[in-house]
Amino acid sequence: MVPELTSADTLSDAERSSAHGLEPFSGCLARHGLELNRGQTNTLQINVGLICNQVCRHCHLEAGPNRSEIMSKKTIEEVVAYAKRASFPVVDITGGAPEMNPHLGYLIENIAPVAPRLMMRANLTALAKENTDYLLRLCMANRVVIAASFPAVSASQTDSQRGKGVLEKSITMLKKLNDLGYGRDGTGLELNLVSNPTGAFLPASQDQAEKRFRRYLETKWGLSFNNLFTFANVPLGRFRTWLADSGNLDSYMKKLSASFNPCAVEGLMCRTLLSVNWEGYLFDCDFNLAMGVYLAGRKRHISEMDDLPEPGTQIPTGNHCYACTAGSGFT
Amino acid sequence: MDTYYDPKDLPKFADIGEEAPELAKKFFDYYGAVFAEGELTEREKALIALAVAHAVQCPYCIDAYTQTCLERGASLGEMTEAVHVTTAIRGGASLVHATQMRKIAKKLSM
Ligand code: SF4
Repeated sequence: MVPELTSADTLSDAERSSAHGLEPFSGCLARHGLELNRGQTNTLQINVGLICNQVCRHCHLEAGPNRSEIMSKKTIEEVVAYAKRASFPVVDITGGAPEMNPHLGYLIENIAPVAPRLMMRANLTALAKENTDYLLRLCMANRVVIAASFPAVSASQTDSQRGKGVLEKSITMLKKLNDLGYGRDGTGLELNLVSNPTGAFLPASQDQAEKRFRRYLETKWGLSFNNLFTFANVPLGRFRTWLADSGNLDSYMKKLSASFNPCAVEGLMCRTLLSVNWEGYLFDCDFNLAMGVYLAGRKRHISEMDDLPEPGTQIPTGNHCYACTAGSGFT
Repeated sequence: MDTYYDPKDLPKFADIGEEAPELAKKFFDYYGAVFAEGELTEREKALIALAVAHAVQCPYCIDAYTQTCLERGASLGEMTEAVHVTTAIRGGASLVHATQMRKIAKKLSM
């Protein structure tokens, strides 16, 4: 079951737009003479469930400890079988906290041989708690790229988004990963950081933020990493609720739409990514997954798929897509 | 209640160009160039602008540069320290004039 949609989410694009005085995203695309169609799919993103040890305020999936949706072993087997049939250059495991799915080890071991590049979104605090040594050994043996959430170098900002004490625990886990060779030159073990803004504002430029994080983490804690990615928060789920409760929703939506960058459309991740939810249903991206809007608007299970999705099919959009096209875009 | 300062007026800043477009263009081009990354990063420039905004006590600038600082990755700690720099310079500027006061007082006093 996808998370229950809030009343704002169930409104049509046009209704929501007029509520915010916004041009609907579909209209904005049309005005620029653009369409959002699928290209050549290269990434399979597997959402292994919505259980998480944290309750981050920007989480578009409303993941948390009280969720029960988790990908079963049977669905994982179906996902692996499909990955073998279709062959994806990149496989990306996400959640919730993927570490909290008891079959994560099985998934990594079985999908790694057919995934030239295998990535896992690690919630650093969950990785520190759940089968840490076993999972880390497995990640190293299978050259799993770890993408760790790390919003800010300031404790007050990180903790306000992700929970009290999260910065300190994340630093401890990053040290452990560095000690194992992750994020260190010449090891082939890639460690990337992902930074989402800690409020209703746009992310810093990726280049500048990466330089600053690198300098700061190295000087203060002797830590290193490979790349830093900055992403805008998507106005869905818990983040949308926070925006509405804090009186920021309208201004945030306006800010996103004012930052619409037509050049970002071509590189949007939904053009090349296929997202599968904990039950095995398919979506164009993790945000449409959160909205319950299926791949090309049609409910399909991974077990029914033989090949990669057809290029050229239209991708369903909503006003949340403005988060992906703001500035340099969400790719 | 009407107030002199309304946040909704900020986006109208560009309308200033309606009466004197050439001067406005020169100003906005210059403004854009000043804030582009140079020897100082955009983030450092935003922090300086925030400090100056507090010195000139412009609510529009404080609003705009609080947002810009956050969007350039500044922390609330850094932004608070920037305002303390303003305060130290403003306070210091008053206090340093005490040298005048002391000089005059000394001259007049026995
Ligand atoms: S953002 Fe990630 S770590 Fe935070 S609650 Fe959602 S799934 Fe968990």
